[in-house]
Amino acid sequence: MKFIKIMMRNIRRSPYQAMAAVLIMMLTFLTVSFFIFLLSGSSKVISFFESKPQVTAFFKNEVKQEEIDNLAKQVQNTGKVASVKFVTKQEALEIYKEQNKDDPLLLDLVTADILPASLEISANRIEDLSGISEALKSSPIVAEVIYQKDIVSTLVIWTGAIRRIGAGLIVVLSTVSIFIMATIIGIKISQKKEDIEIMKLIGASNWYIRWPFIFEGIFYGLVGAFSGWAVAALVLWYSTPFLTYFLRGIPVFPIPITFLLLILAGELLFAIVLSFLSSFMAVLRYLR
Amino acid sequence: MIKLDRVSKKFGTGVLGLSDVTLSVDKNEFVFLVGPTGSGKTTIFRLLIREILPSEGSVIINDWNIVKLPKEKVPHLRKRIGVVFQDLKLLMDRTIFENVMLPLDVAGIKFEEAKKKADEVLSQVGLIEHKEKFPAQLSGGELQRTAIARALVLSPEILLADEPTGNLDSATSWEIVKLLADINEKGTVVIMATHNTDIVKSMGKRIIVLERGKVVGDDKKKKEDKAESKEKKSEKEKDKEGIEKTEEEKGEKEEE
Repeated sequence: MKFIKIMMRNIRRSPYQAMAAVLIMMLTFLTVSFFIFLLSGSSKVISFFESKPQVTAFFKNEVKQEEIDNLAKQVQNTGKVASVKFVTKQEALEIYKEQNKDDPLLLDLVTADILPASLEISANRIEDLSGISEALKSSPIVAEVIYQKDIVSTLVIWTGAIRRIGAGLIVVLSTVSIFIMATIIGIKISQKKEDIEIMKLIGASNWYIRWPFIFEGIFYGLVGAFSGWAVAALVLWYSTPFLTYFLRGIPVFPIPITFLLLILAGELLFAIVLSFLSSFMAVLRYLR
Repeated sequence: MIKLDRVSKKFGTGVLGLSDVTLSVDKNEFVFLVGPTGSGKTTIFRLLIREILPSEGSVIINDWNIVKLPKEKVPHLRKRIGVVFQDLKLLMDRTIFENVMLPLDVAGIKFEEAKKKADEVLSQVGLIEHKEKFPAQLSGGELQRTAIARALVLSPEILLADEPTGNLDSATSWEIVKLLADINEKGTVVIMATHNTDIVKSMGKRIIVLERGKVVGDDKKKKEDKAESKEKKSEKEKDKEGIEKTEEEKGEKEEE
């Protein structure tokens, strides 16, 4: 308690240094928060695409239902398929209407006859998609085969890149924060050199002098992490309507509050580690 | 209680602070350390709180050999010795009360108990009404008394006062010395370094004179030497009387 009291007095008496320390920590945690949001969003997008029918086989117009059923059975028997769904011409028209409900001109031009019936197949593993696709293509009743391997693999590549860039940026920012915080605490120790000398002369142990500085560092870390998280969460909340529209059809939003709180808890923990490290470095360097 | 045995201190600059100093201070003593600037008074104080180490010799306080004292034990030593520094070393951004509380806080004493003790000592030095003021708001004498209060608050066995009357007028100087004498009467060893010859002469306490890092005068030693020579003299007289008596007895026997 007494260390916290001393810490609060130290902060009150040099507010600009305190602000600089909090701001650098806030910048780090703002970046951390944004990258966590981005990674979580992109992994949700990938899961969405992975869960969707990944291969769609469109049938020729004259194909009989019996032939379609046989092909569906054949595909299912390969063991590589998670689910198979038959979409009739009428259902295809419903989907088309739903997708283009805002454009009456497009709706007028299309009838169920010109839309093909299809088979939507999702695979257990993304690697099996091309085999399934080839098998379907070789069938005489299939007119066209499309599959989303390209979309998913592009997303996977992008997410990997974001993850690497994010991790790199977080490492760089964390390192910068540690050194800046250590420097700020070091300056504070230097300013208190005379007081520290007096305290030592009247019998203060090294740790009696060190603890308030370590607590001060942790305090900056916690305030910085909370502010960074709060700003990121506010930006996310503000841009939710736009992002929902942008990603329409993909269920990324709304982000549950428990998830946001979980991120906050993780960041506060990380802030304690970062700021403890930096203030510990400073006290060992300046208070031998 | 305190024993310096053949202590010399040579500083990094090559200046000799102390040279072959031997002295001891017993329990309940009040000692004046006198001598011109640079004679080694402050160096002795710095050695006693192990701010510096001697180049030669040993410094012993109670059973503690200061030279061999492990670094982690130094805070314990310093808590047992109260020091009134020449430049006071008060924390200017803390109130008088906070300054006096500092040693208690450092010693880990609980707040309520510490507050009681600090108030008690502040009353003793007559500063209780100024306890919420900052050092910049007090006079020279009041600052000295604050420094004394801080040195006293842990009830130390030894109180070192380095020129506590340095910049004070004569009336305030007497107040401070009387305060130190009261403290000494309660059982604390007081060692006071000073230039003030008037005070030193009037107090009638032990005086150790330092010059260029050497002890050139010590009341106690003189008294001890005097007592020793008196003893020797009386023994000689007794011997002489004894010889004379036997000679007289011999003469009487021969006459018979």
